[in-house]
Amino acid sequence: MGKTIAEKIFESRLVDQPTPDTFVLRLDAVFCHEITTPVAINDLVARDKDRVFDPGKIKAVIDHVTPAKDSKTALQGKIIREWASRHGITDFFDIGRNGVCHALFPEKGFVRPGYTIIMGDSHTCTHGAFGAFAAGVGTTDLEVGILKGVCAFRAPETIKIQVDGNLPQGVYAKDVILAIIGRLGVNGATNKVIEFCGPAIDAMSMEARMTLCNMAIEAGGTCGICAPDAVTVDYLWPFIKDEFDSQETALKAYSVYRPDPDALYSQTLKIDVSKLEPQVTYGFKPDNVKTVSQMTGTPVHQVYIGSCTNGRIEDLRVAAQILKGKKIKDNVRAIVSPATPDIYGQALKEGIIEIFMQAGFCVTNPTCGACLGMSNGVLAEGEVCAATTNRNFNGRMGKGGMVHLMSPATAAACALAGAIVNSEQFKG
Amino acid sequence: MKSFNGNILFLDRSDINTDEIIPARYLTEVTKEALKPYLLEDLNMEEFDAAAGIKDKSVIVTRANFGCGSSREHAPWALEVNGIHIVIAESFARIFRQNMFNCGMLAIELDKNTIDRLFSRFAGKPCKLETDFENSRLIFRADQLDETIAFEISDFDRALVNAGGWVDYADSNY
Repeated sequence: MGKTIAEKIFESRLVDQPTPDTFVLRLDAVFCHEITTPVAINDLVARDKDRVFDPGKIKAVIDHVTPAKDSKTALQGKIIREWASRHGITDFFDIGRNGVCHALFPEKGFVRPGYTIIMGDSHTCTHGAFGAFAAGVGTTDLEVGILKGVCAFRAPETIKIQVDGNLPQGVYAKDVILAIIGRLGVNGATNKVIEFCGPAIDAMSMEARMTLCNMAIEAGGTCGICAPDAVTVDYLWPFIKDEFDSQETALKAYSVYRPDPDALYSQTLKIDVSKLEPQVTYGFKPDNVKTVSQMTGTPVHQVYIGSCTNGRIEDLRVAAQILKGKKIKDNVRAIVSPATPDIYGQALKEGIIEIFMQAGFCVTNPTCGACLGMSNGVLAEGEVCAATTNRNFNGRMGKGGMVHLMSPATAAACALAGAIVNSEQFKG
Repeated sequence: MKSFNGNILFLDRSDINTDEIIPARYLTEVTKEALKPYLLEDLNMEEFDAAAGIKDKSVIVTRANFGCGSSREHAPWALEVNGIHIVIAESFARIFRQNMFNCGMLAIELDKNTIDRLFSRFAGKPCKLETDFENSRLIFRADQLDETIAFEISDFDRALVNAGGWVDYADSNY
């Protein structure tokens, strides 16, 4: 019987199966940030088990609130900084080198096809874009991952989503995943892996695939996953060129993590995107999805472009194309947060930052801050934000605020119009 | 082992997410105890007053997909420091459910009909739960009403509760 990508990874990393449905896996990487890790560190210290399984496999960053906004966030930074130092965790990214974890770690080459990765962050599913099994976990799982390099999962039942067709102008990976979540519902993939495939996925860049996989959790999915292909190898090439004599050899090696044609899926869903319209959310759940045309004219107070979903260079390029030579509406405030220092630097080089500033955007340093209402763009009661982020939960960007999720193109257009609008009208 | 008995808080809504259970603005805390005053502060449910709703409650009974969204274990911790060690629902989000068992707490799934019946029989009345963990039974009691319901959990989840959580289990097994 054939196997899915996740089944192949589970088989290759299995350490123990204490019950038929419990798979304890060896971890290739444990990612850490300053919000969920300090409690794990404090607990390990309290248990007199302040050790790490392998400092080379632990990657840590301060990204949620950076620079620290108060004494409490400064303390969180201090705890993870001192912990990284005393355990020789050299891949620790402090201020000046730090960025949003799910943008930064792939950019540093820390993700490979077949890897098992956990992090105390639900959007860890992003890294499945590389053909890895990457799952968000709580602090206790993280703590055991740090200490022992293992994590327990249930059997990786998989939903296959085949995405056919070419994306129309003004429609992006974000619109595809919003449409998919709208169909699956917020628990349509609970306890399941979502395997994305089909011509539209094959045509996507790694950045777009990361946007797609990033939001698997919004349908309840454990991990979003794309089969490794030539696009994956091309992205990884600077990091793997000493391991393989050519990209073809690398592709052949990674192809063991492609699904078998006769793999068994719990559900198969087909979606044709060739006529897909730009999507936007309207309520307090990510599956409350409508087309932009259904929501046109809804006023917004703030526009936010950034986050682990859509703060990458491609996202900034798309937004800048729409903003170039134009000004945001007087009664709107707009914020852009390039997700990593490299993205920021590249955007500077390409003149993108200047376009944002000329248009009236505030450009912040890389941080998660505003997305979860912690810093750098919190909403007041009754305010509405057009955001390229991943969650529209009640109070998510600030108590009493409303968030509409959308693509960077639509968000840029919202900044110009002061209301939800299709980006196509600002093209050219 | 923790206590899984006490007064029940009924939350009649599906998809209650971890931002509603404990908003991100309180994630700057590095101790569990500091989360205590903020449990369910952003719960989007009409006429729900968090402080009054939680008072003296040790059990939550709710609908589908409880604990969806963020992976924050602060959500189970906020329950734990308020003395709530058991949540009974139609279904749970994966990470939340795992976090509950990892902390040695119970996330019990019952089918929709049973949850519907519990709401219609017991919600709105003062009622208590007694949990017979060994025999996998939940005993609901209200004035002149009681009902015993069997529950299922996997052997692994049971082992985690008996071990007091995943850290101790993993440390002695791996």
